[in-house]
Amino acid sequence: MRILVNGASREIRAADLCAALEELGYGGAVVATALNGEFVPAAERGAARLADGDRVEVLAPMQGG
Amino acid sequence: MLRLYDAELRSRLLLGTARYPSPSILTEAVKASGAQAVTVSLRRESGGERAGQGFWSIIRDLGVRVLPNTAGCHSVKEAVTTAHMGREVFGTSWVKLEVIGEDETLQPDVFGLVEAARVLCQEGFEVFPYTTEDLIVAERLLEAGCRVLMPWGSPIGSGRGLNNLFGLKALRARFPDVPMVVDAGIGVPSHAAQAVELGFDAVLINTAVSQARDPVGMAGAFAQAVAAGRAAYEAGPMEPRDLAVPSTPVIGKAFLG
Repeated sequence: MRILVNGASREIRAADLCAALEELGYGGAVVATALNGEFVPAAERGAARLADGDRVEVLAPMQGG
Repeated sequence: MLRLYDAELRSRLLLGTARYPSPSILTEAVKASGAQAVTVSLRRESGGERAGQGFWSIIRDLGVRVLPNTAGCHSVKEAVTTAHMGREVFGTSWVKLEVIGEDETLQPDVFGLVEAARVLCQEGFEVFPYTTEDLIVAERLLEAGCRVLMPWGSPIGSGRGLNNLFGLKALRARFPDVPMVVDAGIGVPSHAAQAVELGFDAVLINTAVSQARDPVGMAGAFAQAVAAGRAAYEAGPMEPRDLAVPSTPVIGKAFLG
């Protein structure tokens, strides 16, 4: 299916958010996720099913003021 | 000792981590500043580059507290969601809450700020609201559950110091027991000293250090200014007067005219 990851269109095979992170190269990374604008805690990523056209945000620590 | 929620900090200087020339200069600047808390943020991570992971490793090695911000959020929902994400990633209930209302000045949307603060305080966050010097907004933020206030000195990154001295003094006087951190707009160490001399509990600095010619040197200068300002506040500054008062005693002066 095709989803938007951080604003970029990506084709993925994974069916849930946890598997999608692995597939997209985030394995083991410290990140926070949101699906269609809603925060998805790490423990709930496996239960977060993905559908065509979903918007996924993957955020990580960054410099800030 | 500075008390922010349940944390006790020796340093009254909080430091931002953005816009340093290099990661090693950031590390050295944090050390030179003596800051025990630094602000951090969340941004989109690329699965290929994973730039955020390296940054997070640097910050963890510093052994300081982190204060995640909601920078760039323009709505309550955006800010609340970002706070949730920050709590998970950084493992802290502290959040520097920013709800920006206007892009030219980055002035806080104080209505959205109060609403977001209420939601987050109820959820157990320890909220550091980036606000103006407005007394009524401060009162609403405290009612919402905030136990620290972060009034701006002047617009973020402007380096203009304390733009509204009257307003800031009134805020300090109105809520004498609330820890307050002057955030934003401080450009040089004398601005920071002035804030702390007025009785503000701490200052949060970023651009003034990171964009200095020598950020590490400037971090040290700010540390000294904040320490001097606090010592002056505790020593009780004299009252200013409009007319001169001779400091040398007049009595006993020789008549030589």
